[in-house]
Amino acid sequence: MTSPAPIAEPLEMPKPDPATVPALSIDGVSHAYGPRRALIDVSFNVQPASFTALLGLNGAGKSTLFSLITRLFGIQTGRVGIFGHDVSRSPGEALRLLGVVFQPRTLDLDLSLTQNLLYHAALHGITRREAAARSAELLARIGLSDRAGSKVRDLSGGQMRRLEIARALLHRPRLLLLDEPTVGLDVKARADIISHVRQLVTEQGIGVLWATHLFDEIMPNDDLVVLHQGKVLAQGPMGRVIAEAGAQDVNTAFMRLTGAQIMPGGGA
Amino acid sequence: MSSITTREVPRGFSFQEYMTCLTGIVWREGLRFLHQRERFVSALVRPLVWLFIFAAGFRQVLGISIIPPYETYILYEVFIAPGLVAMIQLFNGMQSSLSMVYDREMGNMRTLLVSPLPRGFLLFCKLLAGTAVSLLQVYAFLIIAWFWDITPPPIGYLTVLPALILSGLMLGSLGMLISSGIKQLENFAGVMNFVIFPMFFASSALYPLWRVQEGSPYLYYVCQANPFTHAVELIRFALYGQINWISLAVVGACTIVFMVGAIFAYDPSRGLARRGPAGGEG
Repeated sequence: MTSPAPIAEPLEMPKPDPATVPALSIDGVSHAYGPRRALIDVSFNVQPASFTALLGLNGAGKSTLFSLITRLFGIQTGRVGIFGHDVSRSPGEALRLLGVVFQPRTLDLDLSLTQNLLYHAALHGITRREAAARSAELLARIGLSDRAGSKVRDLSGGQMRRLEIARALLHRPRLLLLDEPTVGLDVKARADIISHVRQLVTEQGIGVLWATHLFDEIMPNDDLVVLHQGKVLAQGPMGRVIAEAGAQDVNTAFMRLTGAQIMPGGGA
Repeated sequence: MSSITTREVPRGFSFQEYMTCLTGIVWREGLRFLHQRERFVSALVRPLVWLFIFAAGFRQVLGISIIPPYETYILYEVFIAPGLVAMIQLFNGMQSSLSMVYDREMGNMRTLLVSPLPRGFLLFCKLLAGTAVSLLQVYAFLIIAWFWDITPPPIGYLTVLPALILSGLMLGSLGMLISSGIKQLENFAGVMNFVIFPMFFASSALYPLWRVQEGSPYLYYVCQANPFTHAVELIRFALYGQINWISLAVVGACTIVFMVGAIFAYDPSRGLARRGPAGGEG
């Protein structure tokens, strides 16, 4: 390996302090589909080795935000940084550090588990030999080694999700995005996936942004971002968000925050 | 909290990474093609029906005089073979763009587009992969056609290869360009009617252009302006070890224009961005 390039950036950004640079920084991001505004001045950070829950109902703008972070859509206003790398300016560097599990399944159903993983690895420029080794290791980790050669079509919903998470980790990202990853899974599969992802946070120091509308997936130590109708209504450690909303639990806090927002009928 | 600080990532990508990505995309496209046996069969049956039935029926109707690159009188089957080869590539190009629309609707496209490598390169790989698949179809067709007495010089099978790659890229990028403008899969039927058939029939695939000129000068000009005509002629000449320079120039230029257009259309800040959320929330 040659000497690593300087950590890059940025013409406009303040010089990132290596100790505090967030895994993900969303800064004044707005997005509109024609006249419909999907995101309005959204700002928040995800720290390395932290679990941040992005809480919002369907249509709150979670998927739009994910599409912007992953560069599926161009950013109209604001900026998105991944470990200090601007997604618009240096997408290559930013996307290398990012793993993502989208809400719709994005596996090739007719290919085998290993083939799916190898394809993803190739897209990240990981050589075949290295990719094969990492795939075997990750499949062992998610307990699907014996299924390596079978078609993805034959897996259960929970197994597919686990495979997608394994795939997202193949290129060793430092930030993992998951868009409602437990939707449609049974209780056991849900619990498995949640504990697996939490393990990644504590053991590997990966920053996780977990979009959900299921309150019971959030734990007291998590950071919380409440997104409603395209706006961030509250953010911070879960306890603080609940306290500031004058509530006892996340559920009530969320209802209060969003309910209060709907009543005045303010725009959006 | 943790020892993780700013991540040092290499700037840019090495040649090896580019090649790994390219081979990965071609490999996956090939695997998918092998899994869809019906697609292979129908890709073969379509031109064979034209060859075995249409050409046999038309043999007596259309007399073919000696025109380059042919040096003797030829049977009608021999004349339309290059046109059918181009047709295979036309259908394949549109089919891979159809699969891109499908992938976009289903979310599979995201796997490709979140790769850190430059998006233009990813789309180029995708085009090459589609072209590689079309080559399999074309050579399978040419082998069967050989038994039907369509026997170009042996060297022709080699010299036609670069022509096929170029025409495959042109038709593939045209398909990709069109696919970027299609919102839903259903609209694809329109592509068949408005792109594939006019392109195929208003070309030199089925009849020599001097014949067309006798019948309708206007149609002749349309055929001349049709890039597909030039793909056919490029393949026709290459199959006999010759180069049709005009066709080469037209196909080359069209490939560049369509490809740049497609890459532009798939740029996140332009093409896809206007179209609202892809899957997920409404």
